[in-house]
Amino acid sequence: MSPSRLDGVRARLARARTLLGEFYTAPYRGAVARARRDEDDLFMLFVFAELMGVPNPAAYYTLELQPLLLERFHEWHTRMGLEHSPLDHFRCC
Amino acid sequence: MNSVVLAVIGLIAVFSGYRFYSKFMAEKIYRLDPDFKTPAHTMRDDIDYVPTNRVVLWGHHFTAVAGAAPIIGPSIAVVWGWLPAFLWVVIGTMFFAGVHDFGAIWASVRNKALSVGSLTGEVVSHRARNLFMIVVFFLLLMVNAVFAVAIATEFINTPASVIPAWTAVFVAVGIGILLYKVGVGITWPTVVGTIILYAVIYLGELFPVTLAETAGIAPAAQWILILFAYAAVASMLPVWLLLQPRDYINGIQLFVGLGILYGAVFIAAPTIVAPPINPNVPPGTPPIMPLLFVTIACGAISGFHGLVSSGTTSKQLNTETDARFVGYLGSLGEGTLAIVAIIAVTAGFSMTEWQASYANAESFGAVGGISAFVTGGARIASEGLGIPIGFAETLLAVMAVLFAGTTMDAGVRLQRYIVQEWGAIYKIPALTNGYVATAGAVGACLVLAFGAGGADGTGGMIIWPLFGTTNQLLAGLTLLVISVMLVKLGRPARYTLIPMVFVTTMALLAALYQLSSLYTEGRYVLVAIDIVIIITAIFVMLEAASALMRERRAAAAAGVS
Repeated sequence: MSPSRLDGVRARLARARTLLGEFYTAPYRGAVARARRDEDDLFMLFVFAELMGVPNPAAYYTLELQPLLLERFHEWHTRMGLEHSPLDHFRCC
Repeated sequence: MNSVVLAVIGLIAVFSGYRFYSKFMAEKIYRLDPDFKTPAHTMRDDIDYVPTNRVVLWGHHFTAVAGAAPIIGPSIAVVWGWLPAFLWVVIGTMFFAGVHDFGAIWASVRNKALSVGSLTGEVVSHRARNLFMIVVFFLLLMVNAVFAVAIATEFINTPASVIPAWTAVFVAVGIGILLYKVGVGITWPTVVGTIILYAVIYLGELFPVTLAETAGIAPAAQWILILFAYAAVASMLPVWLLLQPRDYINGIQLFVGLGILYGAVFIAAPTIVAPPINPNVPPGTPPIMPLLFVTIACGAISGFHGLVSSGTTSKQLNTETDARFVGYLGSLGEGTLAIVAIIAVTAGFSMTEWQASYANAESFGAVGGISAFVTGGARIASEGLGIPIGFAETLLAVMAVLFAGTTMDAGVRLQRYIVQEWGAIYKIPALTNGYVATAGAVGACLVLAFGAGGADGTGGMIIWPLFGTTNQLLAGLTLLVISVMLVKLGRPARYTLIPMVFVTTMALLAALYQLSSLYTEGRYVLVAIDIVIIITAIFVMLEAASALMRERRAAAAAGVS
């Protein structure tokens, strides 16, 4: 097969791959984009909530981590030169 | 008659429908404009509104509309003989379904890609929109119940299909994860997934799964319960994880299946053993007129297509002229599946076997369905392509089960959305909760599946004609929207109005006939649903008359002034 014909075959295969990909994504583009946006919204809330004065709902749930992290956390804030825990919702001493 | 002759006549007829009739509709009636800016361009957001290649859109439209229904309908309807079923499929595809699907896309594209439901409110009236919602709810209810029963029956008739059918779920999840989480391209997951899918068919044959009666629950009933439990969970999962890859696998299966069946028919050229008109129908068989026209809905004309046309297709149409290719040719694909289904159930048997399955069946409810398609189709595939008969049977059973299963997944999900929407409209917060809404949707389907056929769930196919009736009513509503738009534009509306009057009349007559038969059989759940359908059908006709007269008067007044 000559190089130019080979290139033609390659281009055709690439086109078929693109169309197959489109066939997969086209019907659900909206649904997937909306799901991704919902995840992003949640992420934004966690990251920016406290900056904007809204109590972070994640804080409540991290309460469950307290017993597991208590010792490490205490060592950390003492090493950092903080006498007491800097976090309101995570008190260790 | 040789089946090749029938296949050739059918294919030539439907393709000439595309070549000539759809061209006429595109140029003279819908008057498609290549320069019209479609919503995919004017409202482009790269999410819902994206100009998409017409071959891709056609593939989506075709695979979304062609599923288990164009197999089950014709497989039941040949009880009256192959000729009426064949004629209705061919004429229906050419003059009803094509015009309907094509028109639904055109109407939606000309109205900012609104869904048919919203269009009914905008173009006809708000009352018509409410009717539309009721019809859609019942359609989904019935499609879920009837497909659950069909799958359960198939699992019992072909135990080898159980493992491959459930493996497909895992293959789908695997493809979803590979594409979205790992970031692999489409080619390899497709190749490997397809190979696994066909390889496990052997595994299914080695390990057939049968359920024993447990705690007084019949195996069919157990399968129905398992299927709805699965559908409930599946409908709550993210679309990228299950529904999207499952839909994709089905698309591939559809192309492979059609290739195998048509290839085998042309090579084996089996003779059709069934009579053109069956003089000995089993006891309890309803009259062909009007029941044929609701027994075969998908495959001739189906309102469900309007939901697909206006839901996603119209938002992605690159140019208006693509509507003909995507809509008409998409529905034509379903017609070709229905034609090959007719051939499978009339030529894949010996005369005695056909008589036993159809003419001497104990009742109309026990006739045909997926099992007849699987048995007949497998024999033709085995003769034509040399595929071992057992493998071919499992292959076709799995194909049909997957089609029905995916529709169920999507159906339960859509029904949950409707329940949640009602919760929001009527301010009932509990209903807006996803779990409560899913439980409500699944509960309603279960009541129907068991209420129709008794505790063993095996008689659920009795709902089939009622499902067809609802589907035709929906098609009637969509054709009404298109007709009203045409009248408004001062164009001839008879090409959509005649099909509209025909399908709605047949749906009403069928519903009236079924009312008496269901009442005599004491199936009161179905009687109640049937009454709602009759009332809805009458209202659809009244709405049609009032909207058309209103628009005619408006057009006349505009002409005078």
